[in-house]
Amino acid sequence: MNLNEEVELLKGVPILSKIEPAKLKLLAFTSERVNYGEGQEVCHQGDPGDAMYVILNGVADVLIDTPNGQLRVAEMKKNDFLGEIAILCDVPRTATIKAREPLSTLKISKDTFYRMVGEFPQMAIEIMRELAHRVEDTNKKLREATVSKAAWPTR
Amino acid sequence: MQRNLFTYIWRHSRPEQIVILGLVVLAQVFYFMSLTVPKDIVNNGIQGNAFKNSTTIPFLVWELDLSAFLPGTIVRLFDGFQVDQLGYLVTMSFVFLGAVIVNGQFKKTINTQKGRMGERMLRRLRYELYDRILRFPPAHFRKVKQAELATMIKDEVEPLGGFIGDAFVQPMFLGGQALTAIFFIVLQNWLLGVIVVVLLGVQMMIIPRLRKPVLVLGRQRQLSARQLAGRIAETADGVHEIHIHGAANYERADISERLGKIFKIRFDLYQKKFVAKFWNNLLSQATPFAIYLIGGYFAITGQMDVGAVVGVLLAYKDLPSPIKELIDWDQQRQDVQIKYEQVIDQFQPEGMMPPELQALPDGPLPPFGRELALAGVTVSEDGRVKQLDSVSLIVPTAARLAVIGGSNSGKDVLGQVLARLTLPSAGSVKVDGNDFFQVPEAVLGARTSYVGQETYLFPLSVRDNLLFGLKIRPVAPASYDDATKMVREVFWKESVRAGNPPFDPNAEWIDCELAGASGSTELLARIVDTLKLVELDDDIYGLGLRSTVDVALRPDLAERILKARHELHGRLQDLSYASLVETFDADRYNRNLSVAENLLFGTPLGKEFSGDSIAADPYMQSVLKATSLDLDLQRMGLAIAETMVELFSGLSPDNPLFEQYSFISADELPNVRLLLQRLGGKGIEAVPDADRPRLMTLPFRYIEARHRLGLIDAAMEDRLLAARRAFAGGLPEQLRGAVEFYDFQRFNSAATLQDNILFGRLVYGQAQAEQRIGTLISTVLDELGLRNSVIEAGLEYNVGVGGKRLTAVQRQKLGIARALIKRPQLLIVNEAVASFDGRTQDRVRDNILATAKTGERGVVWIANRPSQAEPFDQVVVMQGGRIAAQGTPSDLAARGGLYAELMASA
Repeated sequence: MNLNEEVELLKGVPILSKIEPAKLKLLAFTSERVNYGEGQEVCHQGDPGDAMYVILNGVADVLIDTPNGQLRVAEMKKNDFLGEIAILCDVPRTATIKAREPLSTLKISKDTFYRMVGEFPQMAIEIMRELAHRVEDTNKKLREATVSKAAWPTR
Repeated sequence: MQRNLFTYIWRHSRPEQIVILGLVVLAQVFYFMSLTVPKDIVNNGIQGNAFKNSTTIPFLVWELDLSAFLPGTIVRLFDGFQVDQLGYLVTMSFVFLGAVIVNGQFKKTINTQKGRMGERMLRRLRYELYDRILRFPPAHFRKVKQAELATMIKDEVEPLGGFIGDAFVQPMFLGGQALTAIFFIVLQNWLLGVIVVVLLGVQMMIIPRLRKPVLVLGRQRQLSARQLAGRIAETADGVHEIHIHGAANYERADISERLGKIFKIRFDLYQKKFVAKFWNNLLSQATPFAIYLIGGYFAITGQMDVGAVVGVLLAYKDLPSPIKELIDWDQQRQDVQIKYEQVIDQFQPEGMMPPELQALPDGPLPPFGRELALAGVTVSEDGRVKQLDSVSLIVPTAARLAVIGGSNSGKDVLGQVLARLTLPSAGSVKVDGNDFFQVPEAVLGARTSYVGQETYLFPLSVRDNLLFGLKIRPVAPASYDDATKMVREVFWKESVRAGNPPFDPNAEWIDCELAGASGSTELLARIVDTLKLVELDDDIYGLGLRSTVDVALRPDLAERILKARHELHGRLQDLSYASLVETFDADRYNRNLSVAENLLFGTPLGKEFSGDSIAADPYMQSVLKATSLDLDLQRMGLAIAETMVELFSGLSPDNPLFEQYSFISADELPNVRLLLQRLGGKGIEAVPDADRPRLMTLPFRYIEARHRLGLIDAAMEDRLLAARRAFAGGLPEQLRGAVEFYDFQRFNSAATLQDNILFGRLVYGQAQAEQRIGTLISTVLDELGLRNSVIEAGLEYNVGVGGKRLTAVQRQKLGIARALIKRPQLLIVNEAVASFDGRTQDRVRDNILATAKTGERGVVWIANRPSQAEPFDQVVVMQGGRIAAQGTPSDLAARGGLYAELMASA
């Protein structure tokens, strides 16, 4: 896959969709393409993080360590991005990401990420929007969980 | 050392001085001859005065004049040859020539002798000063600056060498000349003589006095220059602090101030020098003035004939130059005396180690002793603050003892005292009843070891640093062939003459036995074991993989590495690895190599084909032209330029992305953009010839798999392969040495061991390719028993100045390994593991403790964390420079108190 094809793929990623193609191309050029085989880990919970990833192809599981072993909490697929928390907040990886099938990603290193965001604020806004969506999503789930929990004894 | 330079010189060069003096006296005879012979040539040879009565005269008559004892008796031994005038002229001319040659020879010999003596003394002096540095009390190094020591030994004693040759000869020689002239003047007229002597006396009194301030200033100049050297070294040492704190201009202020002071001193010196010169000239002209006036008066009044006055004047003509030189000599003497004193003052601190303690040991080194007993040991630098306060402690050398305490408890000072790095100001330390401070350093070095919080590494290889502690004395002489041996013998003889020890650094100094090894193979095993103890083996293995090995020096290793290559490539056939490495294949384009690497298909050895210069190489250019690839590359260059302009145009020029990723620098980008605008989308044919070479260099760095611009398709690959073949096929003779081609059957001396084994390139974008292949290589090497050989190659890695090419943790680990490898009877670890992470600290501690299990070896562990003390047999708790408690960990725990407090805080 050459750079131009990658750019076409990136255009489909929500957080990157509003960025002009030339910048997307720069992002692709300065980032590394990394392929994972089935079962390989993209990142491991607790490790320090130095990059975020955009999934270009394939599906990955999001696993969280629990006292009873790893628990699959979500899955990620084409056009999702992951690993942003570790590089934005400088905390260790909050989950393990494992390729469920051959996975193709674009690895954006922390340095490149910050430089791109610095040069192109539009990208920051898009990421902010996406993160806000995620928070809202989580809140919604939490609300539902609380309601159902509260509802439980009276049922 | 003698405080008086003359005593020092005389003491060490008496026989040589006497020989030179003799030579000088002997030389006078021939000097005299070269003066009288011309007279004979003119009078007899040319004017023929002696040939007035006969046509021939006897020549070379040997007579013994005995008339002093037997009046009138002259014994003639040889009647001589009869020569005529022409013969006489020829003969005497040759005699004159002979005298001149002999005279010149004397001069040459005397100067050579003087020079050699001076240099020898300089060598001796430098050596003695250096020797003293090795014997300075440890605390002295807190007061002196290293750069100042270096300048003193290097520069400040330098002028002494020149002076030493003249120290005795010059005054004798010049004094003799001056005395003769004075004697002659006195003979002509005693009154004139007296006047001349008085005037000379005045001159000799006044001139040195005028020069005194010059000398004082000279001393200041020397001191200020030395301090300047010290300051410059400080700047270099503290350069990070200067940058971090933005103090560059403060430093500039300081240096400017110093340079200003030096300028003032030097300019004052200059002025005073010329004032002294002025008076010197005036006074030396006062004497002829007196001779003219008084001698003239005597001549007019008839008390003295004119001839005598002229004679006196002529005699005086010879006088000023020796006198002036004598005065100069005297000034030089005072100058070097001051320099000498100033230097040696810095080299006689109190409490120097007596030389016997560092003498080369004779016979086997005795064991250290069974216990160290400290009694009332107090350490205090200024007499008030006591870092250790009357510490009394018995340390059995086979003990496993931990010392714990807070940061000001004095525990680290205790460690230093045990290693004799800090000398107590009061109290005593005994080894089995004998004074600890009289134990020879060789015994201490062989039987004990110490690692502190910071490790100094010499800028040598890892191996040299690791084995530094085994080089206590030469264990076997170096083997030389006969010719070299003769040269070496002469070299050592000269060393002894200059008071230097005839040690041979080429001898085998590494004492394998100290490390418990009988030969170099065993020593390597010991080294690896020791590296494992401090968990440094993996690091050195990594360095080994990244190092190169010359096949000429290690054909065996090269062959085994080739075997590893074959083995590895066998395993790479496995599907799970197959996609991780793209092997070098002469018949295939390697998409994970740059275009340049694909064309060269080898490792560049010289600068012709390395880096960017390969693109400009004329031979490469000719190959590209011949395979008509040049236009293709230019076209690729244009495509790259277009992409770069597209990608990087919006970026600010100082964005680091430029440097990291762009093929075109930020400075060049605007020009390239202009070029592209002018082209307006037209192809390479429209590009002016002047711009083409630059465009053509761009694709050389292009790696298809990494940059992914899709520039190299299958057809292009074939064309590049054709160029590769053409390049190798037509490589001219003189470039054969500039490249080592990839060849699966050959070891490549220019490539790292890792590249040799891998013989390919990791594929871009494969997750964990590096780790997985690294593990695979490691497995292969382990199976082939090559791991130690790779470590051995890694041991040759140069650690850089102060070990800076290693990380701080690696340096420290190497320092501990250096202490461990000589299997010390007593090892003192003074918070040496503090920079490691917690788990590593404990593991290294346990490894070290395990080495001391035999009951013959002991460890004193000054703990940086109290909890480290747990596995030790004995624990000493310190507080405020005193021992607060002592006992086994369980005892102390039962007693509670400070021990429990420290343990709880850990």
